[in-house]
Amino acid sequence: MHFTVSDLVLDIVQNAAEAQSSIVTVTLEESDTQFRFTVQDNGKGMTSEELQRALDPFHTDGIKHPHRKVGLGLPFLVQTAEQCGGGWDITSKKGQGTMVTAWFNLENVDTPPLGDIPPLIRMILLLSGPEEFVVRRSLHRGGRDTNYEVRKTELQDVLGNLEEAGSQVLLDQYLRSLEEED
Amino acid sequence: MAKMTLEELRKLRDSKKNDLRKRDTEGKNIQVIVGMGTCGIAAGAKVTLDAFLKALDEKNLVDQVLVRQTGCMGLCHSEPTVEVLMPGMPTVIYGKVDAKAAKDIVEKHLIGRELLDNLILDRPAVDIINAK
Repeated sequence: MHFTVSDLVLDIVQNAAEAQSSIVTVTLEESDTQFRFTVQDNGKGMTSEELQRALDPFHTDGIKHPHRKVGLGLPFLVQTAEQCGGGWDITSKKGQGTMVTAWFNLENVDTPPLGDIPPLIRMILLLSGPEEFVVRRSLHRGGRDTNYEVRKTELQDVLGNLEEAGSQVLLDQYLRSLEEED
Repeated sequence: MAKMTLEELRKLRDSKKNDLRKRDTEGKNIQVIVGMGTCGIAAGAKVTLDAFLKALDEKNLVDQVLVRQTGCMGLCHSEPTVEVLMPGMPTVIYGKVDAKAAKDIVEKHLIGRELLDNLILDRPAVDIINAK
């Protein structure tokens, strides 16, 4: 089980990154009462049958781990969203991509902690695979109001290779500053 | 602290790069690869990754190390797992790398050039090697 909602988000984005996508768009919306995220990729997609199987924790496609019998990414998300009065939705088209969205009731005692958002965004941008990640964040909670968008290619242009530890230290500072109010 | 613009970020990077150029850059090409699959994340790989960045920053090693993220390495029982590649040292995978172990790896493996025997795992699971 994942400890924070951020862990669930990273897990789902990791799926998108491994689905032969070239662009992955992530939105993170936080208000006083709800956290909602959406992950949209243009990767290999799934048929409705494959999607049903992906929701089964005792199924995996067997490509990466030929002898394994579990695939826990989506089932963790579904279980956590449902247990805290939230919800989820997945649409996918074979060969075109997948969109996963889930929402969490922040007033429900069973909702896990959100986790720290700037490092989550840094780790999303550093997942290998897609050429472009677009992350859109909106925060309207507890009197804080901010919106921003970051793109992997723009940040690469500024920082160079993002995998250099030095780039990630600067990226962290940058993303933390973006959480400040507009 | 106000919101930084991309231009400000670029200037900050340029000023850091100038500092770094003055330093001895021997020993580049060190790679620290953190497994970030479902298993890794559930076991705390995000905390491990942040601990590496913090330790590398403190030890002024950020210009010499690539910190990369990968999916599951097939060793889910020992997550968080971290692969360390550096010239002159055997490539090893460490298991159960929490924040303290990450700091130890930076201090002992990367700086002291000594393996942390009690954390070493074998090569990645055979099925993962074949999938590459």
